[in-house]
Amino acid sequence: MSGAPVAPHPGPAQNSPATQAETIFEARGVNLRFGGVHALTDVSFGIRKGELFSIIGPNGAGKTSMVNCISGRYRPTDGRVYFKGRDVTGMTPNHRAALGIGRTFQNLALFGHMTVLDNIMVGRHHLLKNNFLTGPLYWLTGARKEELAHRREVEEIIDFLEIQHVRKATAGTLSYGLRKRVELARAIALKPDLILLDEPMAGMNLEEKEDMARYIVDLNEEFGMTVVMIEHDMGVVMDISHRVMVLEFGKKIAEGRPEEVLADPRVRRAYLGEDDDEEAPAAPAAVVPPRKEVA
Amino acid sequence: MANVSIIPSGDFKTSYASDTTIFPTKTSRNFAILGVLLLLACPAFLDRYWLSLLIQIGYLGIAALGLNILVGFTGQISIGHSAFFGFGAFASAWLVNSWSVPVALAIPLAGVLTTGVGLIFGVPAARLKGLYLAIATLAAQYILQDFFARADWFTGGTAGTIAEPLTLFGFAFDTDERYFYVVLVAMVVMYILGTNLMRTRDGRALVAVRDHYLSAEIMGINLTKYRTMSFGISAFYAGIGGALYAHYLQFVSVENFTILFSIQFLGMIIIGGLGSIMGTLMGTAFMVLLPELMQAATKLVSGTAIDTALNLRENIAFLREMSIGLVIILFLVFEPDGLAHRWKQIKAYWKLYPFSH
Repeated sequence: MSGAPVAPHPGPAQNSPATQAETIFEARGVNLRFGGVHALTDVSFGIRKGELFSIIGPNGAGKTSMVNCISGRYRPTDGRVYFKGRDVTGMTPNHRAALGIGRTFQNLALFGHMTVLDNIMVGRHHLLKNNFLTGPLYWLTGARKEELAHRREVEEIIDFLEIQHVRKATAGTLSYGLRKRVELARAIALKPDLILLDEPMAGMNLEEKEDMARYIVDLNEEFGMTVVMIEHDMGVVMDISHRVMVLEFGKKIAEGRPEEVLADPRVRRAYLGEDDDEEAPAAPAAVVPPRKEVA
Repeated sequence: MANVSIIPSGDFKTSYASDTTIFPTKTSRNFAILGVLLLLACPAFLDRYWLSLLIQIGYLGIAALGLNILVGFTGQISIGHSAFFGFGAFASAWLVNSWSVPVALAIPLAGVLTTGVGLIFGVPAARLKGLYLAIATLAAQYILQDFFARADWFTGGTAGTIAEPLTLFGFAFDTDERYFYVVLVAMVVMYILGTNLMRTRDGRALVAVRDHYLSAEIMGINLTKYRTMSFGISAFYAGIGGALYAHYLQFVSVENFTILFSIQFLGMIIIGGLGSIMGTLMGTAFMVLLPELMQAATKLVSGTAIDTALNLRENIAFLREMSIGLVIILFLVFEPDGLAHRWKQIKAYWKLYPFSH
C-alpha cells in the first residue's frame, strides 16, 4: 500500500522518515493559492498509520487550509495528496469520507435542527445501505433492522463521549463544549481510518480540555484511528502528539517529534515568540508609524 | 424553548426499537389511529360539501408534503410546485385515455412520470441556491404551463381532458362518499412513507444538506445527488396528488395550474411548519378551511348594523379575500414556526398543567 504511486511531482526529498511505518496519508508539494494569496507553498509530509499527528503554527499559517486539502474541501492548486496509496487529489469530500477520512470543524458545523442522535446517525451515512426506496418501506425492506443495528453502534459512541444525557436534545441548543463533543462523535461515527480534528479544544476550560485530550488519546490508542489535530494549546500538543508539523506563512518550517520541534529555533521564533534575537524587536520598531495619529 | 419532547415519567424505553417509533408515546399513536377511524366514519354523517373539502385537504396535503420535503427538509425552494401537480393530473389522465392503463395503476405511474420531470428540473437545483433557484423553478412553472397549453396529444390543449373515475374490481369510486376513502388511504400511505423516509438514511441526509451542506459533504453525502433527488421526491408527491385530483374532478383543465396555486402550496407548508410532516397536513387544512371560515364570518356580518353602516353590500366578498390575507400575515408574525410548533407547545402546556415550572 505505502508509496504505491510514483511521485509525479518531484517535490523536496522527504526529510522525515515517513516511509518507516506504513504511510496512510501523504502530501507531495501541495500548493494552494487564492488569487494572489499563497495559502500553502510546497508543503510535503506523510502521516504514518496509527499516529497522532499535530499541525501547529501561528494564525493564518495555513493549518486549516492544509486540513481542507486532506478532507477535500479545497483542491490543491498544485501538488498531489495520497490516501492509503491512492491519489485522492481530485476526489470530492463525500467520496473521501467513504474511503475513511473524517473530520471536525474549527467553527461548529453541526446540523443545528437535528437531535444529537440524528447528527451522529448522519455520520453512518456511507455505512448504511437503505435508500429513498427501501427507507420509506421501513418495516418491509430491512431498513428498520439496519437502522437499529447502527443505532446500537452509535449508542456506543455516545457512551464513549459521555453525552447520553443530551442524545435527544436539538444540537443547536447545546452548550459549546457539548457541541464540540457531538461533532467529534459524528466524525467517529464515520468509522474513519484518518480523523482530522480542527482545534478540538478551542474555547474550552481546563477540565473540558483534559476530557477532550483523553478522548483523543483513546481514539488513537483504543480505536486505532490515525489522528491529525490542529491545536493551539502547546501543552496538549506536546503531551499527546507523536509527531508535530509546524507551518508558517503557508510553508512547512519543521516536522518531527514534539521535543525536537520545540527545540527548533525557527519554531520558537515563529510561533512561541521566545528567544528572539536582538534584531527581531528592532526591525518592526522602525516600521511602526509615529503615534500622533492616534486620537 | 420547549425543545425537549415531554414524556410522562415512568414511561421507559427498553429497546432501541421502541425508541424509534413514529409516535413518541402510546397515547399519541392511539390518538392518530382514533383520528383515522373518525375520518373513516365521516361519510356517514358529513354532507357532500364537507366531504369535498376533506378530499381537497387529502390530495393537496399529499402534494404539499412533497413540497415540504423539498423546501422544509432539504432547504431548497420551489415556486413551480403546481406545475408538477398539474403534470401528475394530466399524466394520469393521459395514461388512462391513450394507453388504457387502469386508473388504479395510472395514479402511481403518473407519480413516477412526474418524478422524471422533477428530476430534469432538479438538475439546475444542484448548482443553484436561494433566489437563483427560485427563478429556475419559476421557469419550470412557465415551461410546464406552456407545455400544457400546447401539447394537445398529452393534455387536450386548451380544451382540457377527461379523466375517468377510479374503478376497482368493477366498483366505481365516482361519488364523493366513495372517493373520500381513496384519498384517505392514499394520504395515510403517503404520509407514512414520508415519515419513514425522514427517519432513515436518505431523509437524514436531506436534512443534513439543509442544515449545513459543507459538513454534510464531509459526512459522505453527495450534495448533487441529494439536491436533485429531493426534487424528484417532491415531484413524486405532487404527481400523486395531482393524479388523485384528476380522477376526483374527472376533468383536468390547463388554467388551474398557475403560479398562484404554487404560492398557495408554499403558504400551506409555511403556515403548517417547514420541516414538519404533521404540520404539512395542518397547514393544508388551514388553507382549505380558512376561506370557508371567512365565508361564514362574512355571512354573519352581512345584513347586520356593521354592513349597513359601512355600506358594504357586494364589497363584502373583497372583505373576505382581504381578511384571508390578513389572517395569514398575522399568523406569520405571531407563529413563524407554523402550526406544528404551536401544537407542540399546546401539548407541552397540557402535559405540565397546572405545574408548568
